Amino acid sequence: MTQAQLAQRQDPLLAVRDVSVVFGGIVALNGVSFDMHKGQILGLIGPNGAGKTTLFNCLSRLYQPSAGDILMEGVSILKRPPHRIAEIGIGRTFQNVALFANLSVLDNVRVGTHARTSSDIISDSLRPPWVRRSEASVNKKVHEILGYLDLEDVAHATVSGLPFGTQKRVELARALAADPKILLLDEPAGGLNHEEVHVLGELIRRIRDERHVTVLLVEHHMGLVMSIADHVVALNFGRKLAEGTPGEVQADPDVIKAYLGSKDQ
Amino acid sequence: MSAAVEEVVTEAPAVEAVPKRAMTLGTGTSLTVLALLVVAPLFVKNFIIFQMTMLLVYGLAVLALNILTGGSGQFSLGQSAFYAIGAYTSAILMEQYNVNYVLTLPVSGALCFAAGFLFGQPALRLSGVYLALATFALATAMPQLLKLNFLEPWTGGVQGLVVTKPDAPFGLPMSQDMWLYYFTLVITIAIYIASVNLLRSRSGRAFMAIRDNEIAASAMGIDVALYKTLAFGVSAGITGVAGSLGAIVVQFVAPDSYTITLAIALFLGMVVGGVGWLPGSIVGSAFIIFVPNIAESISKGLSGAVFGVLLFLVIFAVPHGARQVAIVCQQALAKYKRR
Repeated sequence: MTQAQLAQRQDPLLAVRDVSVVFGGIVALNGVSFDMHKGQILGLIGPNGAGKTTLFNCLSRLYQPSAGDILMEGVSILKRPPHRIAEIGIGRTFQNVALFANLSVLDNVRVGTHARTSSDIISDSLRPPWVRRSEASVNKKVHEILGYLDLEDVAHATVSGLPFGTQKRVELARALAADPKILLLDEPAGGLNHEEVHVLGELIRRIRDERHVTVLLVEHHMGLVMSIADHVVALNFGRKLAEGTPGEVQADPDVIKAYLGSKDQ
Repeated sequence: MSAAVEEVVTEAPAVEAVPKRAMTLGTGTSLTVLALLVVAPLFVKNFIIFQMTMLLVYGLAVLALNILTGGSGQFSLGQSAFYAIGAYTSAILMEQYNVNYVLTLPVSGALCFAAGFLFGQPALRLSGVYLALATFALATAMPQLLKLNFLEPWTGGVQGLVVTKPDAPFGLPMSQDMWLYYFTLVITIAIYIASVNLLRSRSGRAFMAIRDNEIAASAMGIDVALYKTLAFGVSAGITGVAGSLGAIVVQFVAPDSYTITLAIALFLGMVVGGVGWLPGSIVGSAFIIFVPNIAESISKGLSGAVFGVLLFLVIFAVPHGARQVAIVCQQALAKYKRR
């Protein structure tokens, strides 16, 4: 491919290339490929056991694919340890909320800036001016994000005592504090009621538009995915079943069969 | 006694770590405590001054354990080993190589930091009770290592080493004990402030993030293995400085002064002071220094049993230690002020 051709096609921000994961003898993912483009909200759907979470864990480097590659801006992420994923701009939330339970909302979000700051234990103990300045800028950024997600009122509260929906927003705030280019959301609608899901959908869209974050949404909640995703990838039994706009995927006979079962069964 | 200790060990993981904001004292309280610590020795006898110095020394060692357990969520019953390394480093440097006692402290700190950091590497694979057991092995091994024959020219073997008590410098008109007290006080305050700074900083937040959720911490870019071993290093380093000060104050080091009993005492001190609450360290230290004496004054023959009962009472009444008492006092005061 020539340079001109490369420039013509917009390079994907994140490219999943023939990723397979095998656990023991079980093939959890079988040659899955798709691209994510800048500014997209990509919905990853599929019935239970389809391999959504496995793929998610490959992207966050908790699992090592047995074959294939994952490229972030053209560079493989598979050689990076899990703790060096945040620094290249991949942020995530967790399915059942994984906050630092004994810390305040403020501190949880401050931890989110870890990948964007640097320090060492000696400087941190002695607090020279540069550490103070760095802390001040961290605080400024954290308060901006708390304001953005309407969390200022609970800034000093310990997270373990907050309602589930609020905890989910704290997790979003923590992920945003690392200035991610891509935000991986693992079933964000889980445990939320109808009204809350609607609000969450609006919020995800707003984050994409205003903070220029590309979003990968792994979700069971079809309503949410179909209403906010630009592009949908459907998985089943570890394979890619269909890909396209929400409308196309919804109309795909294989997808309908996977979700509703076919007459032959 | 052993039953009481067991109770503490199994109880401890259930003790919730405190949020960082509550890890320190307000300015007013801090200044009051400081004023008391500065003025008190002027009115008491030398022996009491000696005990107050030991209060600070053990306070430092408990503080060190608090950073490890309360901060990063790792257990250690091996603190006596790092305390011993610090004590011997100072004793050997002072007695065999005529190094000034002040200069031996940073050496001990650095050496113990390195020892703790290295010990933290294998300990990474362990957590909770298993980590406590591994560190327990370290504590049981240390006295025997110090008795090894080929180390005898430096360590003095089973006999240990006698350490010369330093005089007050610049011809200051105060007794050796009083000078050592103020010297220890300055070091303690410096380390306390540095520790508070550390826990309030990026590194401290990384420790506490790991304590609360390792996978999430890693997703935020925290190198879990690095920060866990750093916490071990910092804790060991401070314990080493405490050991050095202890050796200078007691004027004697011997292998059997640094057995597992010391490690357990420090652990007790941490629980009684409140896990994760740094100011509680001094309360915990007071408990492990004075309560055995109180127990002995109640019954000479059964002092161990009395100590056990007293410990039970404290754990039963205030499972979160001195921190809980402090919170109750604060609430009572707030209520009184509102009226």
